This record gives sequence, C-alpha cells and structure tokens, in this order.
Amino acid sequence: MAQTKVALPTARLDTELARRLLTQMQLIRRFEEKAAEMYAMGKIGGFLHLYIGQEAVAVGATSVTRPDDYAVSSYREHGHCLAKGSDPKRIMAELFGRIDGLSKGKGGSMHLFDKSVNFLGGHGIVGAHLPLAAGAGFGIKYQGGDQVVLCYFGDGAVPEGEFHESLNLAALWKLPVIFICENNRYAMGTAIHRALAQTEIWRFAETYGIHGEAVDGMDVLAIRECVGRAVERARRDKVPALIEARTYRFRGHSMRDPAGAVYRTKEEVEREKLRDPIVMFGERCVKDGALTDADLKLIEKAVFDQVDEAVAFAEASPEPAPEELFTDVYKD
Amino acid sequence: MTYREALNLALREEMRRDPRVFVMGEEVGLYEGAYKVTQGLLKEFGEKRIIDTPICESGFTGVGVGAAMLGLRPVVEMMTFNFSILALDQIVNSAAKLCYMSGGQYNIPLVVRGPGGPASQLAAQHSQSMETYFYHVPGLKVVRPSTPADAKGLLKSSIRDENPVIFIESETLYAIKGEVPEDPDYLIPLGQAAIRREGTDVTVIAYMGMLYRALEVAEELAQDGISIEIVDPRTLRPMDTETIVGSVRKTHRCVVIEAGAGFAGMGSEIAAEVQEEAFDDLDAPVARITGENAPMPYARNLELLKTPSKAKIAAAIRKVCA
Repeated sequence: MAQTKVALPTARLDTELARRLLTQMQLIRRFEEKAAEMYAMGKIGGFLHLYIGQEAVAVGATSVTRPDDYAVSSYREHGHCLAKGSDPKRIMAELFGRIDGLSKGKGGSMHLFDKSVNFLGGHGIVGAHLPLAAGAGFGIKYQGGDQVVLCYFGDGAVPEGEFHESLNLAALWKLPVIFICENNRYAMGTAIHRALAQTEIWRFAETYGIHGEAVDGMDVLAIRECVGRAVERARRDKVPALIEARTYRFRGHSMRDPAGAVYRTKEEVEREKLRDPIVMFGERCVKDGALTDADLKLIEKAVFDQVDEAVAFAEASPEPAPEELFTDVYKD
Repeated sequence: MTYREALNLALREEMRRDPRVFVMGEEVGLYEGAYKVTQGLLKEFGEKRIIDTPICESGFTGVGVGAAMLGLRPVVEMMTFNFSILALDQIVNSAAKLCYMSGGQYNIPLVVRGPGGPASQLAAQHSQSMETYFYHVPGLKVVRPSTPADAKGLLKSSIRDENPVIFIESETLYAIKGEVPEDPDYLIPLGQAAIRREGTDVTVIAYMGMLYRALEVAEELAQDGISIEIVDPRTLRPMDTETIVGSVRKTHRCVVIEAGAGFAGMGSEIAAEVQEEAFDDLDAPVARITGENAPMPYARNLELLKTPSKAKIAAAIRKVCA
C-alpha cells in the first residue's frame, strides 16, 4: 500500500537485456519522429499524439510481461503497440491509412489493434478503456488463465468516473490488471494541479485497498522493477495494482499543438529533456559496460533502417478499396 | 408461459449450451433481478456466471466489452434502459465500433438487455423509449420483442450473434402470456418482421405496447369494414424493409405507430423508407402516430395524453383510409 522507494539494481546490466530495452525505446522514438515528418508532409492525417519522452514506461512495463499477457491503451499508443511486438511496418501503414495497416487503414493513429500480440487497442475516449481492461481481467479469470493486463492511461483519465469505477471493480472482484498511469503532468493543456484535488495519483490505490506505487517514469529499469513486482503479484494472487509512472511528454499534446508551449514554459520543457529516458539509459549501459558507444551507434542505425523500411512499406501499400467502407461494420 | 419466463428460459438454455455466456448487472443474482427476469439463475449457474455488479453502468458495460474481446459472450442487464445513457459511450464508442476500428480483429458478441419504453406513472426519467438512442449507430443491432415467443427466440439469436445487440424489453409486457416453443434451438433470426394480422386496406406498423393497442383498434375498425394489416418489425436494426414495403404494396396505405416522441423517431425512418421504396404504390401519405414531444409526465391524466391512445390511432387510420 505504501509508496516504495526503489533503489536502482546494483547488479551489472545484462548485455542482451540492455540491448533489447534500448533498441525498443529507440525504435519507438525514431518511429514517432518519422511519423511527425510524414504528418508534416501530409502523408498522415487527423490527430497524431506522440509518446516521445515517455518510451521507458511502455518498454519497461512490457519487458516484464509474457507475450500472452494483454495490453490496452489510450490514443497515445504507438509506443505500447510497438513494445508489445507489433510490426512497425503495419503500424506505419495504418497511420498512412493503407490496406496493409493493422486495421486495414480504418483505425488510424488513435486506434491501433493487434490481436496477434494481444494488444487490445488504442482507444480515443479518455478513460473509456479502463473498464475494458477490467473486462479483460475478468475474462482471464473466467477462463482460468494466468495472464495479466497492462492498462496504460494518462493523468487526464484520473478525474473521469471510469477510472474510479474500474479501480473499484478490479479491486472488488480481484482482477489481474495493472493500471499504469503515465503522469506527464498535463491533460492536453491542463496542468495536473488544475485538474486533480489529489495530485499524488498512486494514492487513489489506498481508497480501493489495492497496491499503489509511484515510480520514475524516465528510468526503464525502475519501471521494470516496479511493474515486475505488480505483474508477479497479479499473476499469483489475481490482484490489481495502480502504478503512477512520473514522466514527461517532450512534444505537444498532438501535432496540432507541436510545441506544447502555451501552457508550460520553455525552461520547463528544456529542463525535462535533460532527463531523456533513452539518453540516460544509453549512458547507464555504457557506464556499466553492458554496451559500448559503438553498440549504441549500431542500434541507432538498425532502428533508422527499420523505420525507413516501415515508411517504404506504408508508401507501397494500396489504399483500402471502396468496398472496405462497409466491411467489418458487423461480423457475420 | 409469461414473457418474463420466456426470457428466463432463453437465458437458461443459452447458458447451458455455451459456457462462455454469463449474465452481469445490478441485482441480477441474489435479488433475482429487479423485474425477476433472472429468477433462479444464481442457483443454477452460481456466482461465476451470474454476477451482481455495483451501480456503475459505464464500468460494468465496459467490463462486458472487454470480456467479449477475450471471446466471452456477456449478457449485460440494464435494470431499466433509462440507465443505459450512463453506458452510452461504452455502447456507442466501444461495443459498436471496435470491430470496425480493428479491421475485423475484435468483434463484440455482447447483449445489453432490460426493460424500456413507457411504464406506468414512473415519470420522465424512468418511462421513455430508448431505442432511438441506439438504432442510429452502425455496428449495433436493436431488438424490441413484443410477444413471449419472440422474447425467447430473439434473445437466443441475440446471444448467439457475433455483434453487440441492444435488446429492449418492457415492464408492461413482462406478465403477458403466450405460447412459447419448448425447442431449445427455437431461434428467430434478427432482421425479420412478423405480420401479426392480415388485412387489405392499410398497413399499420407497431411494436411492444403499441402493437397490442393497434390489434385492439384493428378489431374495432373491422366492424366498420376497414381491413388492417399489422406488421411488427421485431428488429429495428437491421430493419426488415422488405416485409414492410411488401405489405404496403398490397394495401397502398401505411400508418406507423410509436410510443416515443415523434421527432426523428422510428416512424420518421419507416415513413422515409416506405416513400423511397413504394411511393407509386401509395394512395395516401404515410401517417405517423407518435408519442407527444414532451417528457413523460407523472400525473395520470397527462401520462395518458403523452402516448398514442386507441382513439388517436383509430382516428388516424380512418383518416388515411378515407
């Protein structure tokens, strides 16, 4: 129930683990930088909400789960979907609105779904996917499984009734759901102290009698440790947890708010960028001797190539045929 | 068998048939349902499959959607459909759209059921026709079963359907009796209307309480030589336009009765469909007899004015046939 201060593991970092975590964070970063470019070029339309700055949360949390565990997220979900193991090519094609996208181009950036990796979707209504996460937890228990659900949402979902309804139901019915609040301090342009009477979000866990904990959302290893314990407990005892990952979104709310500068100061943004999760983890890897500077460059190169391939794939994929307008409205 | 018992039987049969089916909602278990539709189910199926929820319509409807994503077949009870407005986002934005938004990866075989429509002196918030809120939404199916046999056959089809189905019963019909087939595979396909009375002069379209009012009116007007055909759509989405239009082509006149407020209601939709499909067959404009455009009042005299009376229905039919 109490907030646990997590000491960084002192053991030497495993090289393979370091490589995997860094590669995934880099992939998400590069994927989104490229998506922003493509948006500017008019290749991607609508809303595009970037996760840049928050990559450690999705990567750290997913790294302590099994492939058959579930994840569900909001509309800022490229990172969660990539971390879960979705093919970047198919995600990019979805952003481009093409037939080879995960949802045949019908979902777009805010609605990525990938059944093949148990990714239950990107959901566009703030707070609405929290009951779905509880439902997935319910389904796991009903079917006698031992999977868990990771449910990601922002601090903006906390004042919604569905946050409280879902925590209550998950606690009442003992559902294996890890609610991960990525507190980036701004719900669109509303700072957390202007939205929440209780800004220590992890404390809402006390209300529902479940485990709650805050963690440095810029530290991928701290997230692994914290979410890892929650996952283990959820799998073993079928109990939920609320984790508040304190993070920061380096970009604006969406591409229509590119600088995110109206409601926060440039100084604040620059200060937070000094705690870039990817830079910090890269340095840690080198310092620990898990990776070399040359390794870092190779990872970066590989990820750049992978994202370029994703763009080429998306470009080459056809638009959905007109008949697709009417498919998947109902299942026969 | 009563309408209520027919629903109860449908639930039992489908739960016996398919272990993925479960029932969830307020007071469905220990209390055996606010309207006793789930009577005895807790005893037969236990707490794992008959789940009492706290009062949080959005929360437990969302749980149903999430469970459906994992392959279960939830039946979520709304104690009354008036409360479904609290779950409207989960129904409209989640249940109805996940199949489409996921490119067909996740379909949602969810039934949301419970009573709706005008009741007796329950006033504005507990006595209203809710189907309007749902049949506009692509991705949903909407059912209004008017007889005990339909209650069974349509609920079973709804539970077996791969899509979200809004199944709206009626407090005023729970006690009515009728023949109900005992066959555990008695199914009525969604999207199939029923001709409740054959006639030659005018087609009247009505369902639920209005259907019974129309049947009485038809009996009365028959004595004056007006032969009324009554079509019960049973499923509002998908609508069986073929049966409705086929009947109008035969009678050349059409009257739609609905309990809810008329503005942009079911009658408007049916009137539009009929004039698009059968304009040349019509000998008179399609008439709508609808609930008045006011909230439901509590006072009994005003309440009687709110929904279409037999006198009003008879007058409208006479006018169309004149």
